[in-house]
Amino acid sequence: MLLGRSKWLSYLAKSSESDLVGLYESTGLDPSYTYLRKPEIGTIMATARIGNTGQKFNAGEISVTRCSIQLEDGKIVGHGYVQGRSKKKSTVAALCDALMQSDKRTLIESKIVIKLKEIEKKRHDLIKRKAEKTKVDFFTLVRGEDEK
Amino acid sequence: MYVAVKGGERAIDNAHRWLEDERRGDRKVTDLSVDQIKTQLSLSIAKVMAEGSLFDPELASLAIKQARGDLIEAIFLIRAYRTTLPRFGVGKPINTDKMIAKRRISATFKDIPGGQLLGPTFDYTHRLLDFKLLADGSIDEFEPGKDTEQMFQHVTQFLNNEGIIETEETSSSEADSPDLTRQPLEIPANRALRLQALTRSDEGFLLGMAYSTQRGFGRNHPFVGELRIGLISVEFEIPELGFNIEIAEIEISECETVNQFLGSKIHPPKFTRGYGFVFGQSERKAISMALVDRALRWKELGEVSDGAPAQDEEFVLYHGDNIQATGFVEHIKLPHYVDFQAELELIRKIRKTAFEAKKDE
Repeated sequence: MLLGRSKWLSYLAKSSESDLVGLYESTGLDPSYTYLRKPEIGTIMATARIGNTGQKFNAGEISVTRCSIQLEDGKIVGHGYVQGRSKKKSTVAALCDALMQSDKRTLIESKIVIKLKEIEKKRHDLIKRKAEKTKVDFFTLVRGEDEK
Repeated sequence: MYVAVKGGERAIDNAHRWLEDERRGDRKVTDLSVDQIKTQLSLSIAKVMAEGSLFDPELASLAIKQARGDLIEAIFLIRAYRTTLPRFGVGKPINTDKMIAKRRISATFKDIPGGQLLGPTFDYTHRLLDFKLLADGSIDEFEPGKDTEQMFQHVTQFLNNEGIIETEETSSSEADSPDLTRQPLEIPANRALRLQALTRSDEGFLLGMAYSTQRGFGRNHPFVGELRIGLISVEFEIPELGFNIEIAEIEISECETVNQFLGSKIHPPKFTRGYGFVFGQSERKAISMALVDRALRWKELGEVSDGAPAQDEEFVLYHGDNIQATGFVEHIKLPHYVDFQAELELIRKIRKTAFEAKKDE
């Protein structure tokens, strides 16, 4: 599977710190790098549309952390824009982004990015399956007097 | 004369130390962890995130712990912390069609495509105290149902197709969507600015305002067209790369109301709309917000105002922020010795004049 950069950055950004860091550490990779921008905690302003299709309005902020790194080997640059306030998560995301552009791509993709994608899908599926069980089924209501 | 008031330092230090001790409470009882708050008091967290206007469940949990469960105090902590953070930019507008829904109901149509999903709701419970929880009863895990896909068109869209409800359209001037965290809130406010103010307003205040419209103070005949709660992704353009990524996933509540008509002899009547959008699982507030949004729209819909509080945007927007409100209301307990001294002298002088005038009679 070949994921675009926007996709892999999305999975990295939305993952939980423990999932991302755990998967990264399990690869045993420990490349040398330097920070182009040290991890920095900030926010983005979320916006929505009135009635989902109308005028845009500011809905409130979300905490995010960003950093940029450069691998010693090959001078590849990686960016770690992630949800939450974890500098560790941001750094690991930036490293994964850089490694995804290196000859380690197959490893990072299969051992981290695809795994994060699966975790996300599982989380979503679980909500959908629980919600499905609370679906109101008007059609199965049969009133006694209608039965002949 | 200016009188310096000093000497409170030691008392303040000790008061704060006692506060910390009280927060911890009885040492024989286990300390409450931030994780416990995060996973078990999720609706308190939703309120703190919405009114603190910062989506961060961990920080909200910490704030609740630090504030001893006083949610307005917790919101204050979040607002204060937020001001220390740089803003990296503005996210792309969220598309709630793509929501992973926990709950999705309509009070206007029984058979909506995709169905009615009740989700984890308090509705239809009997509101009887569950004494099993006192006895530390364990709760069975909720077994999920079968695999399913979700793609929910908004209910208002069905009315749209018939042309029977007003449509929400993008405005050409939205590039300069006002942001009340950057520029002071000014009246008259456009609808986008009003919604930003409402979504961070106090839930109780909005609930009272919404209730007043139902009781006749600015009546607008609402139906809940759709209420949904679930997860959505937030897209953001990475400045260094120039393309969007899904940078975050957040839980929100959204409510669309279908309200009574707008029309004339020439233009056939249409339903009008109110909109509520709130961080977290906060449906009471989402519904209230939609009602108040609709009430505030009287002018743009060409209605005549009843002069009701919920239709007065200055009244609603300037008094809904619980941090501003608590700051001003509570500050009067702090020392006002000099102000009061002036009042005291004034009243003494007036009384003296009055007594003397009486004596002269």
